Amino acid sequence: MITVNHYLLLSAILFAIGTFGVLTRKNAIVIFMCIEVMLNSVNLTFIALSRHVGNMDGQIFVFFVMTVAAAEAAVGLALMIAFFRNKESIDTDDFNMLKW
Amino acid sequence: MENLVQEAIQNVNLQAIMPSLVLCVFGMAILMVSVFSKRGSTTHIAWLSIAALVVTGFVTLIGWNNPQAGFAGSVLLDNFATFFSMICIIAAGLTILMSDDYLRREGYPVSEYYPLILFTTAGAMWMASGTDLMTIFLGLEVLSVSLYVLAGFFRNQTRSNEAGLKYFFLGAFSTGFLLYGVALLYGVTGTTKVDGIAAYLMANPEAAMNTMFIAGGSLLLVGFLFKVAAAPFHMWTPDVYQGAPTPITAFMSAGPKAAAFAALMRVTIIGLDGLQSELTSLFWILAVLTMTIGNFIALTQKDLKRMLAYSSISHAGYVMVGLVAWNEIGLSAILFYMLVYTFMNMGAFAVLVLIGKKGEDNLTLDGVAGLGYKKPILGIVLSIFLFSLMGLPPTAGFTAKFYIFAGAIEAGYIWLAVLGVLNSAVSLYYYLRVMVQMYFKDPEEDFAWVSINGPVTISIVVSAVGVLYLGIFPHTLMSLAKLAGF
Repeated sequence: MITVNHYLLLSAILFAIGTFGVLTRKNAIVIFMCIEVMLNSVNLTFIALSRHVGNMDGQIFVFFVMTVAAAEAAVGLALMIAFFRNKESIDTDDFNMLKW
Repeated sequence: MENLVQEAIQNVNLQAIMPSLVLCVFGMAILMVSVFSKRGSTTHIAWLSIAALVVTGFVTLIGWNNPQAGFAGSVLLDNFATFFSMICIIAAGLTILMSDDYLRREGYPVSEYYPLILFTTAGAMWMASGTDLMTIFLGLEVLSVSLYVLAGFFRNQTRSNEAGLKYFFLGAFSTGFLLYGVALLYGVTGTTKVDGIAAYLMANPEAAMNTMFIAGGSLLLVGFLFKVAAAPFHMWTPDVYQGAPTPITAFMSAGPKAAAFAALMRVTIIGLDGLQSELTSLFWILAVLTMTIGNFIALTQKDLKRMLAYSSISHAGYVMVGLVAWNEIGLSAILFYMLVYTFMNMGAFAVLVLIGKKGEDNLTLDGVAGLGYKKPILGIVLSIFLFSLMGLPPTAGFTAKFYIFAGAIEAGYIWLAVLGVLNSAVSLYYYLRVMVQMYFKDPEEDFAWVSINGPVTISIVVSAVGVLYLGIFPHTLMSLAKLAGF
């Protein structure tokens, strides 16, 4: 029997994987994928909890999250391309112009 | 089924989103106008955007003392939202005025810039009027996505690219936390409405001890604290503020920050009212940490934009003192402070826009040496803004800090007020250092490239008048802020 707890555990694990990836990876694209994993683990949480709580608000929220994630992807990839054109790299170690 | 549809339509009430609706329609129209305009001519686009903001300002002011709820209670255009919307509109207007000559000087006369500022402002207004975490999240994202683009607007400048990318990654990362927080709160309370969460807390006080509720609330706060650049979530601020185009830096420190504070206030003061004692002790620590970190790191900065970035972190700390006070005077002082901060910070940035050369490598402490002799008027206005940022009378910075600390003392947080005043004293050092450079160093440059005309002077004059007027006659605005507070 799969209960809401299983879903919550799964999404918590996914969220942790995403967070860990953002903090440890160097390639900008991989970091971006990790952020997407975090957002999708949130979606899973919303859907599981929506079923558990018994109203539709959570599932509607998921649509908004997906839309926003798509918009963010467009802008983020554009920024990465602009950076790559100037530096020929998207490694986060090359984000070194601005520091004290 | 038909009844449901009718009920849904009745629930809409477009009046509640009219200001941002007007602004978005104008933004899209201006985007179309720019398509049919000659490449490289942006001045008319800038003035059209100003006109759009003026119209939006009037539409917003209709909402004063005339609260409108809409969309089944997920938007509430009350005095609070109106006040914060006006702050964002003023910030956007000042930004646009200082942008036109700047973009031409830097070689990016691109007209998409202005509609993006308008969309950012619309997002900020949704954040201020959202009473459902869903609308607040959407407003936050409309604001952030436009700002990512604006921060990285100078495509061929690595510095700007890097600012945009850093802002994007850390912004998206913090959005993840915010959303996970919302999801967990939804799981406990069964709603995403701010007053629904408050009602749940009222009915089930033991929920405050529920692990899922605590985790959700904390993650939600992390998301908001990131947006207001409070320590320890302030790391992105100096990099992004330094690399972004200067008018955008000015805008980010005023409009979007005010909107983030508006959403933070609504969520904590209305939604999490039942946790007041826990939240105030948390904010006490964060306020002290934010003020201190901002001020002490600013002491070591040579780059003026970076120095003002750390100063904006410390000012976020002062604002949080008002949140700790959690009483009428403290909360209305936050509204007052955000408007005053808009004037003084944007004024200071407008002077920087004027004295920068192409590429802006001269915006350092050494770069302003002798400015006070070569350009006496600019020296005087920059001094006024710096005095105001320090919090010295008779400028508005003083009255704003006075109200904030008065709120803290009234609520019994004497030590917090003392630490705040000590922090202001520390900040004197780095602001005064700029003035020492301006008046006590021999000029290395003749500042011949600085011509004091064009729209940017309007934004300097407006900011200077605002700072002095609100410093000498603060009562009118403060009584308005009291009407707008909760």
